[in-house]
Amino acid sequence: MLHTGLTDIELISKVLQGEQALFAQLVERYQNYVFTLVLRFTDSREDAEEISQDIFVKAYRSLADFRGESKFSTWLYTIVRTSCITFLRKKRLDITSLDNERTFLQLENQESGFKANTIEQKSRHAMVNKAIRLLSPDDAQLITLFYKGEQSLEEIGRVMGLEPNTVKVKLHRARHRLKEKMEKYFSHEVREIQGE
Amino acid sequence: MIMDTPIQIEERLWDYIDGLSSPAEQSAIEALLAENLEWQRKYKELLNIHQEMQETELDAPSMRFSKNVMEEIARLQVAPATKTYINKNVIRSIGAFFLAMIAGFLVYCLGQFKWSASGSSSTFLPRYDLDLDTKMRAFNWGKIFSSGYTTVFMLVLVILALVMLDMYLQRKKHQTT
Repeated sequence: MLHTGLTDIELISKVLQGEQALFAQLVERYQNYVFTLVLRFTDSREDAEEISQDIFVKAYRSLADFRGESKFSTWLYTIVRTSCITFLRKKRLDITSLDNERTFLQLENQESGFKANTIEQKSRHAMVNKAIRLLSPDDAQLITLFYKGEQSLEEIGRVMGLEPNTVKVKLHRARHRLKEKMEKYFSHEVREIQGE
Repeated sequence: MIMDTPIQIEERLWDYIDGLSSPAEQSAIEALLAENLEWQRKYKELLNIHQEMQETELDAPSMRFSKNVMEEIARLQVAPATKTYINKNVIRSIGAFFLAMIAGFLVYCLGQFKWSASGSSSTFLPRYDLDLDTKMRAFNWGKIFSSGYTTVFMLVLVILALVMLDMYLQRKKHQTT
């Protein structure tokens, strides 16, 4: 694949002019970002790949609606979110709250699974990723958007329909819960990180 | 001086790490970090987590992912922008119609109140016409729904619905061909 070094806006403009093949560059640029965000909603890589593919197809179909007022990644996230919610609705899972008994039970099961396999978790990065997956989808997405999507609090607020200050509070809480999960399930690795 | 709770310390430190603190707050935190061991320990702990999260790599889909997407979109076209086929005047007209209906209904309801103040009381509360229920019950609704006007109205609605269905199916046919 020839990487032309074009910006997102330039690529989109060319795709809209009929150069469909250039869309592959946008896919390659954002496939990991989209795939990771989708994995925050589902544990199955197969499902995540199918949803991610569907997200890029939707993005292509509605590319003319991208007005360039926000980053392409921000606009793409709105499609990620709606697609994931639709997917979860189909699976009859309530993603809105950790209070939901089924979600909580699912997480508890995941947690016990991770605890049993702590020996395999050598990599610190893998540990952080696994700890993020123990969070609720909303917390996990928020952390991923902030750290990996390079989205500001304002941008996250715009796509989530929240005030930047509310996003900030939610981010604090998400990180606090992440820290708790890390301390609870990966205490050995956490001590390594802390250099103790 | 009021002591911060551990949660408050964390929140202030996260703001400091994210660069969201005001200059005054930054100086205050730097002073605390210089002299307070508890703050130093917490700062180190949060900073390590922050760095780990920044360095964490994103998950990657299968090698064929972008090829699969490109194969999928090869038989598709970019849809026209929503603003090109949504006529704002139609939306405004529908909005105006519903607003007029709500306003008409409100005016009718308010018309059912008797706005006279009773006796020398200074309270001015509308009095509901208690006789309205009896009047409503006595009203012959069957007369309205069996009248010629209603039949014509229903016919117009059915014709409109058929026309809209036809337009929708035509558009679908165009899209598939």
